[in-house]
Amino acid sequence: MNTPSPAVIDPQMARIRTFRLQDMLFHRTTQVFALVVLLALVGILISLTIEAWPSLVKFGPEFLWTNIWSVPDDEYGALAAIYGTVVTSVLALLIAVPISFGIALFLTETCPVWLRRPLGTAIELLAGVPSIVYGIWGLFIFAPLFAEYIQPPLQAWLGDVPVIGGWFAGPPIGVGILTASIVLSLMVIPFIASVMRDVFETVPPVLKESAYGIGCTTWEVVRNIVLPYTRVGVIGGIMLGLGRALGETMAVTFVIGNANRIVGSLFAPGTSIASTLANEFGEADPGLHIASLFALGLILFVLSFVVLAISRWLIARSVGKEGV
Amino acid sequence: MFTFDKLAKGTLAAAMGLAFSVSALAADITGAGATFPYAVYTKWAEAYQQATGNKVNYQGIGSSGGVKQIKAKTVDFAGSDAPVKEADLDASKLVQVPTVMGGVTIVMNVPGFKSGDIKLDGPTAANIFRGAITKWNDPAIARLNPGAKLPDLAITVSHRSDGSGTTYTFSNYMAKQSLPFKRDVGAGNTVNWPVNAVGGKGNPGVAANVQKIKGAIGYVDIADAMKNNMTFVALKNKAGNYIVPNQQAVADAAAGADFKVKGMAPDLLDQSHKNAWPITTATYMLAYEKGDATKQKGVVDFFTWSLNNGQKMAEELGFVALPPNVVKMVEAEMKNIK
Repeated sequence: MNTPSPAVIDPQMARIRTFRLQDMLFHRTTQVFALVVLLALVGILISLTIEAWPSLVKFGPEFLWTNIWSVPDDEYGALAAIYGTVVTSVLALLIAVPISFGIALFLTETCPVWLRRPLGTAIELLAGVPSIVYGIWGLFIFAPLFAEYIQPPLQAWLGDVPVIGGWFAGPPIGVGILTASIVLSLMVIPFIASVMRDVFETVPPVLKESAYGIGCTTWEVVRNIVLPYTRVGVIGGIMLGLGRALGETMAVTFVIGNANRIVGSLFAPGTSIASTLANEFGEADPGLHIASLFALGLILFVLSFVVLAISRWLIARSVGKEGV
Repeated sequence: MFTFDKLAKGTLAAAMGLAFSVSALAADITGAGATFPYAVYTKWAEAYQQATGNKVNYQGIGSSGGVKQIKAKTVDFAGSDAPVKEADLDASKLVQVPTVMGGVTIVMNVPGFKSGDIKLDGPTAANIFRGAITKWNDPAIARLNPGAKLPDLAITVSHRSDGSGTTYTFSNYMAKQSLPFKRDVGAGNTVNWPVNAVGGKGNPGVAANVQKIKGAIGYVDIADAMKNNMTFVALKNKAGNYIVPNQQAVADAAAGADFKVKGMAPDLLDQSHKNAWPITTATYMLAYEKGDATKQKGVVDFFTWSLNNGQKMAEELGFVALPPNVVKMVEAEMKNIK
């Protein structure tokens, strides 16, 4: 008979059982950790909705497109805050993406090897600067310089152009939507640039070298090899930056000018969801004011969620297309 | 094991001794509320601890937060810039007394003009702050400043972006001066500023905006205005005199006010004393009528000590101490904190 005697099987079975138990415990524990995140997310969503309820009932969906925020009259609408949040974030990305792209390309393609590490580290350090520091710098150093040396020439140059001129109208006071966008762009550049650099580094050298081998220029290599290969990661990096820009609070509060209204000019003060919350939460009156602030928080939550969902969808789509 | 046992017993005894000695002294007291008096309360607390060994913690969480906390019975006293109304005091069984005063100043940035060089009266200032007057050379301003070469410069109104007691005091004064201001802007912690306005976070934020933006006008509490060497607008008071804000003018405003009302919160705005600064306010302390005896005594002791020994500290920080006759009344009122 080949069957091992029970005396041999039993210790083995016992060991296997212990292993199984360990595996099961490990699996359950990690599962609980992961579920806690989900639970917290749902919990935040529910508590935001409960706190915002009086405002949601009073104003209904019009809250989203009403352009009024009047504490003395107890009337609230989120349009000005949503407008400011979206405009500053999009403008910040318009500035930050090309610059980050340039930084990442320089670091991975043309930078001398000895300079790569110090430059890369410097960019990562920028990502670690607390946002309040950007805010203080923006208010005390950047805004006055901007008002003195950049706004007047911009107005003189573009002020008379139809449509575009309106974007640069108004007194040059330094703080406003455009200033907030520029400060935001500085804050998201390190994030986008370091993600782009990391993904550019994943391109197999053999691909690039064969392209160089058939006589491609650096730009052609980037355009036809690096970018298609890394499209997913690049989009991910940009979305990461957008997520950060949407929720940025302190720096924006310092430089956006904090005016609850929509003005066509980019020089004019505006407000964002996060900065309205930061400004008004401390001394908000109980009742509709507080509830409307919670409703703003809920909108920001959903907005960030939608951005993430879109980025996931884009990434999934580009993966399908490129077959990477 | 023997030594360990001894050690443990010793520690236990020491801990008990410590606990006992703490309860023998007045208990540590905790307060929360308005951010405006935060600097002076913490300064007083530090000096009080050095003098008596008793600890006072104060957290600047905002006036309405402070009132919320004291109603929820989580603190021993609360600070509030906006006085709680009489009926509310009775309903919540709270005692309210003023502790220190301050003024809200109007500051400006008009190239070539120094402190007091531009004079405004209440209604004209209100028209500027509601966006009805948008240039510095407006006839309404020129009429009050004969001979001054006012520039053709756009006015930018600089205000607090965060809800604040400073805005509460300032907008209430302006609303009293001008019905259109009351209608357009309103009065409260957060109000509706005009199109040519820009908001800064905290008094330092407003001060920075006024100093950086040419043509700016704003309101800043007197402590921050003096700290930042700001340029003041001279404001006409009820007696008809133009006052450049200073601590004496704030104290003079309180001299004529009647504090003999429940809650000790007379309206200090636009007082009739000839040297009174018109935009004057006091900040208030709230405590329970009845509560834990040691804690209650701790609150009374702290403020009694501070009001009698802390005037100089308050003035160095840019606050204005209560006049001696008002201090006597506050001490009498605090007898109701038992």
